[in-house]
Amino acid sequence: MAYDVNGTTVEHDEEGYITNLSEWTKELADVISKAEDIDMGEEHWAVVNFLRDYYEEYQIAPAVRVLIKSIKKSMGPEVGNNKYMYELFPYGPAKQACKIAGLPKPTGCV
Amino acid sequence: MSKVKKFLYVNRKAPYGTIYAQEALEVVLIGAAFDQDVSLAFLDDGVFQLTKGQDTKEAGLKNFSPTFRALGDYEVTKLYVEQESLDERGLTLDDLQDIQYEDEDDDYAEKPSIIVVSRAGMADVMADQDVVLSF
Repeated sequence: MAYDVNGTTVEHDEEGYITNLSEWTKELADVISKAEDIDMGEEHWAVVNFLRDYYEEYQIAPAVRVLIKSIKKSMGPEVGNNKYMYELFPYGPAKQACKIAGLPKPTGCV
Repeated sequence: MSKVKKFLYVNRKAPYGTIYAQEALEVVLIGAAFDQDVSLAFLDDGVFQLTKGQDTKEAGLKNFSPTFRALGDYEVTKLYVEQESLDERGLTLDDLQDIQYEDEDDDYAEKPSIIVVSRAGMADVMADQDVVLSF
């Protein structure tokens, strides 16, 4: 199973998370988001970039509870709340945003 | 609401020779979602898990030590380290990562998560738990 980014293929697992994290590009993120039926706006990118920074620093994709708490701290309560985050990523902010960010499935998301 | 139980995860093994250390950390992160009182203990070679400056490139393994610094986000704020285990390996607190958490009840002040205890103190910590899981 693989995504097609302008002719290059990027392997992913049965749930759509890419296999080799170093193959992530912004173009790939666009391809994944289309497969997830998400129209990426500035707010979506802010969350995706936040997750990539978090992974860079701590080597894990945070659980949804931790993600929302951390976003609230860095971007404020109008972004960092359950309702808004589920509006951005209806199938789960951590799961969907991590997939688009090219990270593994979040630790602690069942 | 059911009573909050005290869980202690005991880490006794060096970080990369076996999968125990990394798996234990994964279990802790998953378990932290259940709103229990979770703490970690590091003794014997387990104290090496917390050392700073780990470099796993040559071993071809993922360096998961930065993840310990995320434990505060998961409300895991007590990492007990046994003094004798440090001494026996020529380590001091300075050799360990600086791991902190933000205390929500104290205006988000950053406080150290690592608590160095004596062997006798560690026995008391263990005796005080409802559940002790050894890795």
